[in-house]
Amino acid sequence: MSFREVVRFALRGLSANKLRSALTMLGILIGVASVILLVAVGNGSAKAVSDRIEALGTNTITVMSTNRGGSSNTSLTTEIADALTDQTMAPDVASVSPVVSSSATITYEGTDHDVSTFVGTTTDWFKASNTPVGEGAAFSADDVAQGRRVVVIGQTVAEELFPGVDPIDKQVTVSGALFTVVGVLEEKSSTGNQDSNDTAIAPLNAVRQVLSGYGALSSILIEAKDPDKVDLVQSEVSTILDQRLTTTASSTSSTSTPYRIQNASQLLETQTATADTFTTLLGAVAAISLLVGGIGITNIMLVTVTERTREIGIRKALGAPRRVILNQFLIEATLLSVIGGALGVAAALIGSNFEIVGVKPVIVPSSVGLALGVSIAIGLFFGGLPASRAARLRPIDALRYE
Amino acid sequence: MSRPVIEVRGLQKIYGEGEATVHALAGVSLVVERGDYVAIMGSSGSGKSTLMNILGALDVPTHGTYHLDGVDVSKLGDRQLALARNRLIGFIFQSFNLIPRTTAVANVELPLAYAGVKPRERRRRALAALSVVGLDDRAKHEPNQLSGGQQQRVAVARALVTEPALLLADEPTGNLDSRSTEDVLNVFDDLSAAGRTIVIITHEDEVGARAKRLVRLVDGRIVQDTRQSPLNQRPVGAFAGRHSG
Repeated sequence: MSFREVVRFALRGLSANKLRSALTMLGILIGVASVILLVAVGNGSAKAVSDRIEALGTNTITVMSTNRGGSSNTSLTTEIADALTDQTMAPDVASVSPVVSSSATITYEGTDHDVSTFVGTTTDWFKASNTPVGEGAAFSADDVAQGRRVVVIGQTVAEELFPGVDPIDKQVTVSGALFTVVGVLEEKSSTGNQDSNDTAIAPLNAVRQVLSGYGALSSILIEAKDPDKVDLVQSEVSTILDQRLTTTASSTSSTSTPYRIQNASQLLETQTATADTFTTLLGAVAAISLLVGGIGITNIMLVTVTERTREIGIRKALGAPRRVILNQFLIEATLLSVIGGALGVAAALIGSNFEIVGVKPVIVPSSVGLALGVSIAIGLFFGGLPASRAARLRPIDALRYE
Repeated sequence: MSRPVIEVRGLQKIYGEGEATVHALAGVSLVVERGDYVAIMGSSGSGKSTLMNILGALDVPTHGTYHLDGVDVSKLGDRQLALARNRLIGFIFQSFNLIPRTTAVANVELPLAYAGVKPRERRRRALAALSVVGLDDRAKHEPNQLSGGQQQRVAVARALVTEPALLLADEPTGNLDSRSTEDVLNVFDDLSAAGRTIVIITHEDEVGARAKRLVRLVDGRIVQDTRQSPLNQRPVGAFAGRHSG
């Protein structure tokens, strides 16, 4: 008796009770689809976080003041930024970019656009923050030194203000001052709620003059010479900052520093670890539903065997060996789980095209293989008990069964 | 004479233990030659069903030996028993026992499938067997689309499709009206005339009367063994049956 024949018998057995077979498959389908999809969601959110962090640049650290509007001796200034470039105190610092940022309205020929982050900085910032310029060029060090009113705009700004027009060399108005557009940033993958393309970058002094005034810096972006030296740079920077920024004991507790250092690679590690835990948790929950689906198969196959006891008796009387009966029911169970599993994979692949709770799922190929493999194993395992019960039936008992 | 199809010596079947012991068969010896048409009769509880199960290799005797077509069935394992049932015996049951939701021809093909016959050959032989029982025009019907008599004739076709040494029928007419009974018995007469060995278990006298040989069973023993017509001739009832049916 060939294998194909046994499969045909099994298919006929399944199609004899379509609704029941379909519902059993649905259990496996949901199990497999949820394993793949939830792992994909976990993976997708991890990827989103790491993308966002990598966009900041993994070989940089950002210094921010924790003392908002506090006394001037704890705020970040350009002098401090200059001090950080000291090659003897901080030999591993590649560049230091002081940053001021505020929101602003850009106007071009009567069209207004509110930019969420209008950044004033130096030329080094483009490289350090991993923000390449697409069209045109970044402003030069000379522009920064002279405080010339030139601006590099993000994709969103370019689309809003210059639909179908080349924005290079156009004059825009920001807070009553004229700025010349010199470049457009390359499109950045936008993750989360914030549009990272809705930005504009201008020389530090120009922004200070027009928008933010000559107060404290928003932050300082420091680039390390090598991604491995980020931690070293962090300690060097801390040392300098501790010297420069004296904490007034009365205003804050002596243990806390008036600044905060954000280390992108550390952040990345923490976030990845959190996301992994999250993914594992989601996968485990989904695996339980797969298990429940498997128990559904056992249940249905037990019912099937009981229902078809007489048929088993007939088959045995006609000379079906134990092995053939075992195979028939095993294959029926496995077909249920395999078809259910395959449909589950299809459902997951379709589902992954949509955003789920604000996360774009990213399918992990191994999870597809694993879920399919597990569903086949479930069919064999959970189908094994009913199948062996069927095969062990004695023909006279089975024939006498009503 | 070639070896007998059935050779049973001192067959005993004991159910239960201790005081609850029941001797379903208390020493049955029987030899059935090739081409014979034997009716085994007895009231319920006479042990005829037990005998049928043992003859059909569905059950094993407690004591005694059973040679089926020269093979000692009592010494066979599960695998060989399945093979013996498939190759040597054709079963016909009281309740037809066709596989539901499966066409007549597929039902007839089933034993050939278990015997490993190729699909094309299988289909040919199944259709041939159906035409023997006069149902070639019902090949694509499912059991619930057939009358009782037709279902039983499909079962007969299924039993003889493997060309078994023995056709074993357990109350084949028990669930049939007199018209269908006649149809099925005519098929048996034709098969017997064609040289098939048939053992039929029944409690109906008119069925027993048509066999070549009548064996009566009471309390697990053979009490009567009569030859009603010669081994090499057409059964007595055949001629009459042909015209009344």
